[in-house]
Amino acid sequence: MKGDIVLEAKDLTRHYHIDRGTFRSPAVLKALDGATFTLAKGRTLAVVGESGCGKSTLARLVTMIEKPTSGMLSISGIDVRTADRATLMNLHKTVQIVFQDPYGSLNPRQKIGHALEEPLLVNTPMGKKERRDAAMNIINLVGLRPEYYDRYPHMFSGGQRQRIAVARALMLNPNIVVLDEPVSALDVSIRAQILNLIARLQEQFELAYLFISHDLSVVKHIADEVMVMYLGKPVESGSRDTLFAKPHHPYTRALLSATPVADPFRVKERIVLHGELPSPIAPPSGCTFHPRCPSMTDICREKAPETREIDGCRVACYHPKIYP
Amino acid sequence: MSEISIQEVVDNRPTGFRAVLSEFWSYFSENRGAVVGLIFFIGVVLIAVFADFIAPHAPNQQYREALLQPPFWQAGGDIKFPLGTDAIGRDMLSRLIHGSQYSLFIGCIVVSLSLAAGVILGLLAGFFRGRVDTFIMRIMDIVLAFPSLLLALVLVAVLGPSLINAMIAIAIVQQPHYVRLTRAAVMTEMTKDYVTAARVIGIRSLRLMFVTILPNCMAPLIVQAALSFSTAILDAAALGFLGMGAQPPTPEWGTMLAEAREFILRAWWVVTFPGVAILTTVLAINMMGDGLRDALDPKLKRS
Repeated sequence: MKGDIVLEAKDLTRHYHIDRGTFRSPAVLKALDGATFTLAKGRTLAVVGESGCGKSTLARLVTMIEKPTSGMLSISGIDVRTADRATLMNLHKTVQIVFQDPYGSLNPRQKIGHALEEPLLVNTPMGKKERRDAAMNIINLVGLRPEYYDRYPHMFSGGQRQRIAVARALMLNPNIVVLDEPVSALDVSIRAQILNLIARLQEQFELAYLFISHDLSVVKHIADEVMVMYLGKPVESGSRDTLFAKPHHPYTRALLSATPVADPFRVKERIVLHGELPSPIAPPSGCTFHPRCPSMTDICREKAPETREIDGCRVACYHPKIYP
Repeated sequence: MSEISIQEVVDNRPTGFRAVLSEFWSYFSENRGAVVGLIFFIGVVLIAVFADFIAPHAPNQQYREALLQPPFWQAGGDIKFPLGTDAIGRDMLSRLIHGSQYSLFIGCIVVSLSLAAGVILGLLAGFFRGRVDTFIMRIMDIVLAFPSLLLALVLVAVLGPSLINAMIAIAIVQQPHYVRLTRAAVMTEMTKDYVTAARVIGIRSLRLMFVTILPNCMAPLIVQAALSFSTAILDAAALGFLGMGAQPPTPEWGTMLAEAREFILRAWWVVTFPGVAILTTVLAINMMGDGLRDALDPKLKRS
């Protein structure tokens, strides 16, 4: 049913230990540091942030390529950290991923038909003919031609490859699809086609999307909910409409002000952030955003802010912008 | 946003094995030396296959009346023995023709042995990394630290001199190169998204290693295999020359050289022809290998 929670994360963290040579102790890189969110069937949660903010780590955790360091991650009601092997193998089928780069995500030595059938081959007892029918069916569904079945990936354009990648993700009838910047590598003309395809498939199969992006105009088009991340932590999350209309966190406001809008008469509030994204190995004290924050005060340096609810958004900031 | 329909570019280049082959040939044939090498190599293969029909005499048949007879164009030569005879009256040409069988046999066996072992070890090292990787690679470093012929000699000395043992020894000496190449290629492929995608689909390690990753690592391995084919022939000839490889009366080219050593001043043909045979075969295979590298290396390809 639409509205059922299929993905839930609480204080999800992922730390990496980085070897710094024989004589120094390994450093801890907090790629993801306390993400909390839920995702319901048929909905889209967009994760937004600069490169290096933990978006892709989140994708790797949700697709179970990596295990979380701590926190709770439950997929279709099953806790990933405590589930046994057999349950996990079944759970694997329900989460699929589409990558950013359509040139790297398809095996260059594998024909399209075989790439589509492989998930069925290793996961189901289906016969050859059934697999072929299923592949043909999905080829039609994503708007490709049946004769592409026998072709190799290098013969396709980026947009066509991304359609194939989407098709492959759908072969196992997943509940959740992680879209890791699925349109960032595509031309603008193709981008709209792929976005519409993704939206159509979501409606048809009631898919839940975890949409990772740094492009806010795309997010505005496709997302139901938005989570803004900074240095491994979500700083603000809420429904798309509220978040775009009333951004509270200074980082969200800076991000939104940097998005070009095709309206010459609009008065724009331009917030320019200074400095670089700090290293996640040695994050700043207190609120990690404080060195770049325009409304920073003493407390921001000392203590990380708690997440609180403002206008239906969850904001982690001492000085959010309050709208009348 | 309405569905915008844009005429998508459809690539109608032919697919399949024949198209791949013809593309490969167009790159390969650009290199003249490679084509010459290939033709010569095919010639050697044909000679080896039909040795029994081509050779005028049996390789070990002794003609007591014709000891150390020079080639036919020299004074005292006879057209019956076109390249002369050796010290015990065996026909040089027939022995060389039959020797090509041994050279190709050695090349094939050594390359397949070292390729199989090297690919498996390299896959394990590149796939699992960590301790497995360290363990395998340090052993390979140790093998590489020895001068290759010396190590082969030691191995043959331990195993006992014979052609089979010589081939095993050469395969062991050569296999670190394959391990390193495979490991490097596997590590590159492992970072690519299609491998992650395959994991998400639920493909297990074994299938991932051999079905997904390995075929994408083959190009450098094929080139290395072609080039080390000639090294194997050369090393086997060297071991034969030192008395550690094929044993007389086997008409192996290196062994023939060793047997002829004492006649080097009196009868030039007994040493020259086996030497020339080794030289030309190795040269042809190396030239072919260069062409293969040019044709298979995607970095050198123009699309």
